[in-house]
Amino acid sequence: MDRTNRVAWSRASALLVLALVASQCTPSQPASRRGGSGVQSDAAVAALKTYVAPGDLDEYYMFSSGGHSGQIYVYGLPSMRHLSTIPVYTPYPATGYGFDDDSKKMLGDLTWGDAHHPALSETKGDYDGRWLFINEMNGRIARIDLRDFKTKQILGPVPNLHGNHASSFVTPNTEYAMMATRFSRPVPNRVVGIDKYATEYKGIIAGVKIEPASGEMSLAWQILMPPFDYDLGDAGKLASDGWMFFTSYNTERATGKLEVTASQRDQDYIAAVDWRAAEKAIAEGKFDTIGGVKVIDPKKVPGIVYLLPCGKSPHGVDVSPDGKWIIGSGKLQGVTTAFNFEKIQTAIRNKDFIGEEDGIPVLKYESIKDAEVAVGLGPLHTQFGPDGWAYTSLFVDSAIAKWKLGTWEVVDKAPMSYSIGHLAAAEGDTVSPDGNYLVGLNKLSHGRHLSVGPSQPESSQLLDITEEKMKLLYDAFTEPEPHYAQIIKADKIKAIEVYPKEENKHPMAVWDLKDAGVTRNGKNVLVKMIAVRSTLTPTSFEVTAGDQVTVAVTNIEQTTDELHGFGLLDYNINLVIDPGETKTVTFTAKKSGVFAYYCTNFCSALHQEMQGYMIVK
Amino acid sequence: MQAFLQRANRFLDMPIGLPARIMLLAATALIVATYFFPLWNLTMFAPQYPEGLRLDIYSYTLVGGNNGQDVKEINVLNHYIGMQDLVNESFTEFQWMPFVIGALGLLVLRAAVHGTVVALVDVTMLFVYFGAFSLWSFGYKLYRYGHDLSPEAAVQVPPFMPPMFGGAQIANFEVYSYPRPATYAMAGVIALLLAALFLTWWQRPTGELPVAADRG
Repeated sequence: MDRTNRVAWSRASALLVLALVASQCTPSQPASRRGGSGVQSDAAVAALKTYVAPGDLDEYYMFSSGGHSGQIYVYGLPSMRHLSTIPVYTPYPATGYGFDDDSKKMLGDLTWGDAHHPALSETKGDYDGRWLFINEMNGRIARIDLRDFKTKQILGPVPNLHGNHASSFVTPNTEYAMMATRFSRPVPNRVVGIDKYATEYKGIIAGVKIEPASGEMSLAWQILMPPFDYDLGDAGKLASDGWMFFTSYNTERATGKLEVTASQRDQDYIAAVDWRAAEKAIAEGKFDTIGGVKVIDPKKVPGIVYLLPCGKSPHGVDVSPDGKWIIGSGKLQGVTTAFNFEKIQTAIRNKDFIGEEDGIPVLKYESIKDAEVAVGLGPLHTQFGPDGWAYTSLFVDSAIAKWKLGTWEVVDKAPMSYSIGHLAAAEGDTVSPDGNYLVGLNKLSHGRHLSVGPSQPESSQLLDITEEKMKLLYDAFTEPEPHYAQIIKADKIKAIEVYPKEENKHPMAVWDLKDAGVTRNGKNVLVKMIAVRSTLTPTSFEVTAGDQVTVAVTNIEQTTDELHGFGLLDYNINLVIDPGETKTVTFTAKKSGVFAYYCTNFCSALHQEMQGYMIVK
Repeated sequence: MQAFLQRANRFLDMPIGLPARIMLLAATALIVATYFFPLWNLTMFAPQYPEGLRLDIYSYTLVGGNNGQDVKEINVLNHYIGMQDLVNESFTEFQWMPFVIGALGLLVLRAAVHGTVVALVDVTMLFVYFGAFSLWSFGYKLYRYGHDLSPEAAVQVPPFMPPMFGGAQIANFEVYSYPRPATYAMAGVIALLLAALFLTWWQRPTGELPVAADRG
């Protein structure tokens, strides 16, 4: 080979190498994904931190909202195991919810709800483990008793208020849970053209009084508000106790294509409500009665509501553990704003207003803000750790920013997979956050799991926040739609495992097999039934077509986990009765013939024999 | 022979010493204590019952563990094999045992105060007899429960003798049966009575025993 040839060959090889190198320069993944996906996770450390050995118990409960499934999902942390589902707004055959007389009555005509923001009851701003409240878009709020993890009351749909999104945030001593309008409409509801939206449509903020001993909820008062979309809220605590804060968007009062029309102003508002002043106004009779509700009109009763300008279309508003700062996150910008509660009070005293909306004063932004923290794009919601640490979810950036109250310094960012909505830290919205676990409630999981078809689950990612850098520990996949969750230390909840016999005061309860049987009163037939391993007594009963039949089933077991079911075929009846519980179902025996009933909840070796017949003549 | 009987009579009529009387008082205290503790315990473990189902037997009642729930659970389970319910009503012993124990306690107290060997021997014999009878009765009860099984029971098992002392595997259950403090107290009573008797025997005067008539 001569010299020219050699040169040609070496040049050709050099080109080839260059081409090869160039082809390697185009990454197949973004930088953050290369060398591992998402947050760097030391698998072994993460495994140890989340492993809860068989038979061992988790450290925390997480109550996650089920969104439009209408339920609440209970998880154990740090294992992220799904422990149980609490049916709230939707029938749930697994526990017979929505099939027996009481739960059917509680659900009313609605068999669906869009549950959003769980709120654990509090004492002095700390979770006390007694009740869990959760709102729902059809103007309702529910109370779950954490003694038995059962829904005990559903209040609403309440009058005037439409689209109860900004709810159910409780005050520091569970004096109130709150409700607020997302979809303003005429108050009282009547036909008014959408062209009169800006003036004739109204928003509502409502205080739901909670009876301190029983937890019974009642609608105490409402405040007539401008027709904004009220989004989220948080109660003031310690320094700011007595106040309630709600974010609002569409302060443009626009209609139509809201994604454009409601995104025109650079600032919207946080509504600050002095709820003690509202209470006082009601006591002094300063209200109008609309739709049977005591409604305060801020135009006529000043000093109750103020508007704080906040960055574009804010979503979350979160009060710091000491109550001194109110963190408002404009979801269409790159900063989150820390408002100083003291400065808000001073501005109110000095009437440092820049205008008003339907008679409600608007405070001057510069006078009340302490800082704009450059957390990243699309800040939504903030949770807290001890020592002034704050964690803000960033929907657009798909990340969590860790920053410090006071210094306003952003120290860490953890990518989330993907598009995080809310986030929940262990006791992270109380006066004393624990600072060990943080869960990102992501809207998209994008196939980080075995494929289950197009209807993909959401994802909840557990992070360790004990060190300076946040560390991803675990991916869990949650049912739609974890809008918000709260994480409570397990030992704060004292749940029973059976209903004690002595506490069963049900008028149709029977405990002795001798007392089980059928009584007839005209066309009303009452069947008092006993469920105990492994017989449903009576084992058969006769009725006449057209009879109104009530079956009252008492599970006389007092043993843990000995649940019994009562499924009546072809009649769409399905009860599950816990040990010591009595449930009733009332129906008209329309179809004649023979229909089997049986125990649906596997109970014993002779569970398959636990059956009987209803004969309809 | 005549001489032996005379010696025996003299011994029986002998007063007992202070240490022996204190032992009898201690025995009385132990008898009182039996009312506050169970005599026997049956504990059953199965995979589904890792905490165990517990049954304490007192001289006058059955007490289930877990606030009485365990005895109900045992009955629910036993109904599958056709065993009779374990309920106080079917234990006639519970009606007379506490009284007999009380009467024996009074007799021990009488021996302590009256202070003759004969009273001590009487009460010791009665106590040993009562103890032996109670054990037999308990065993017989267990035997009947394990053998009087309903022929219509859902699950047919061969008749069996539940363990009286120690452990046994019965179907999916590990069953343990052991005496509890009240039985140990009963044993202690018998031991104290015998000890008092022997102490008196060892401490009898080495010379001629005084005859009863001599005591005036």
